[in-house]
Amino acid sequence: MPDLIWVYAEVVEGAITPTTLELLTKASEVGTAEAILLGSAPADAVETLGAHGAQKVYRSDDALFDDFLTLPAVETVAGLIESHQPAAVLFASSYAGRDLAAGLCARFDCGAITDVGDFQLRDGTVEATIPALGGSYLSTTTLVNQGPKLLLVRPKSFEPNRTGGTATVEQVAAPSSDSVRRVRILDRVTVPVEGPQLEGARNIVAGGRGLKSAEAFHMLHELADLIGGAVGATRAVVDAAWVPYSMQIGQTGKTVKPNVYIACGISGAIQHLAGMKTSKAIIAVNTDPEAPIFKIADLGVVGDVFQILPQLIAEIKKRKGLA
Amino acid sequence: MHVIVCGKVIPDSSVILEIDPSTKRMRRKDLPHELDPAAASAVETALRLVEQHGGSVTFLTMGIPDATVGIRRALAMGATAAIHLLDDAFAGSDTLGTAKALAAAIRRETYDLVICATESSDSYSGIVPVQIAQLLGLPPLTFANQVSVEGNAVTVHRQSETGYSVVTAELPALVSTTSGICEPRYPQLKGIMAARKIEIRAYTAADLDLGPDQVGEAAARERVLAVGPPPTRSAGRVIEDQGDGGAQIADYLMSLGVI
Repeated sequence: MPDLIWVYAEVVEGAITPTTLELLTKASEVGTAEAILLGSAPADAVETLGAHGAQKVYRSDDALFDDFLTLPAVETVAGLIESHQPAAVLFASSYAGRDLAAGLCARFDCGAITDVGDFQLRDGTVEATIPALGGSYLSTTTLVNQGPKLLLVRPKSFEPNRTGGTATVEQVAAPSSDSVRRVRILDRVTVPVEGPQLEGARNIVAGGRGLKSAEAFHMLHELADLIGGAVGATRAVVDAAWVPYSMQIGQTGKTVKPNVYIACGISGAIQHLAGMKTSKAIIAVNTDPEAPIFKIADLGVVGDVFQILPQLIAEIKKRKGLA
Repeated sequence: MHVIVCGKVIPDSSVILEIDPSTKRMRRKDLPHELDPAAASAVETALRLVEQHGGSVTFLTMGIPDATVGIRRALAMGATAAIHLLDDAFAGSDTLGTAKALAAAIRRETYDLVICATESSDSYSGIVPVQIAQLLGLPPLTFANQVSVEGNAVTVHRQSETGYSVVTAELPALVSTTSGICEPRYPQLKGIMAARKIEIRAYTAADLDLGPDQVGEAAARERVLAVGPPPTRSAGRVIEDQGDGGAQIADYLMSLGVI
């Protein structure tokens, strides 16, 4: 019998997240995939989950899940796990995913594998591969506990595939106890991001400390506009408050996989590389020839970013007939 | 109010981290250590809260003897007490084992708030704080990039995919902070001198009534089976800018069909 694999579905900005669909596609390839969907969701959510491989969706649209953080979801998912005993439960390495998996770990006295890049599941035994220490190593890890195998999977680890199936829906009751109503969500604030979003961007221009100031990011935005891309940054630059956190790429920021990644004044700390090293083509500009970024770059130019980028921008304009 | 800050002391950022093939764990012994920058930000957050509301900060960490340097740093910043979970029996603990040890130590203290760095800069699993909260029965307020306390309530700005959420809970509670929440202060000489006089309380697993079924390698549910090199990218071309670097990149972008 194929293993039963669950995916915890997430909704962001009124849509099922891409990572949810990536996980469902993978789950449906290795076993029987089912999804859990709690709280408000778009009208076509169940259809979307079914089309990406979910055979069943456990569903509650109770406002409890929108009004209170983490604890109602832990209680509900724990109850479902107890009654159905899935072989594995997949979560995105997201804010909600990590909190929920952590709560379930403590609840079931079980382990969780974090930062999973790929996994195999056979007869309830899981083997996950993880880029360790920012991708300097690849480790293979298993879980030896009884009970659920919880995996937190990196975004963009799998290709989502809309195969067009349909899911049945099983309504689940929201927990009634007061103990899950302890962390109240008072407000959700959207911080507008300039320009296109990093997630899903075809091309990305990213800046690091080598840019020396927040003002230099104007140059990156100009280049990104010319090649139809988004602008990202390293943690050092975000910590220095030159750009908002939403632009951070790396282990503690976003994971991206664009066609072209242009790293400007980025040395290539492993934490940054972890978020972008699977980009299809990597171009790096840095003054330090020893910078680790050059070890993974398809084209590296050792030189001054303040000379090279203006020239690149002028060249692109010229070739596009814009100048 | 009394705040307990959980954080890690890690090999300093100049160290190239390696995995010891015999233990399949990160090599930590005999490396220069420092207070994890994420933990330093958590300490700073706690110090600002007690400066505003009165109270004290205890720094709690689990780690090898080399961790002392980072504990002293937290004390020099202004923490008034420190607890070091120091025992070979803790080595090889997985996230839940780590959370159990920290939770057992916290349980012995009086506190209003526990603040954890969301994820350490060296292993960043990011799940230990909520595990601790669940073990202690505390409401978890996670991924905070702003924390305030008013009366008996703690309110945080919790990072989200699109901005942040404002979430609140009654004390006692657990908050995990993001690394960028604030700039940690630089210890002053007075603080460094005062820190030297503070006795660091060291606990073993036995002190916390934790056996090998709870902490350490034998209790770990996560088992590393193998560690190998990552798939390598084919080596690219690195050129020195001869005044035409920008044009060379434009050529390459054209070859990729980007322009």
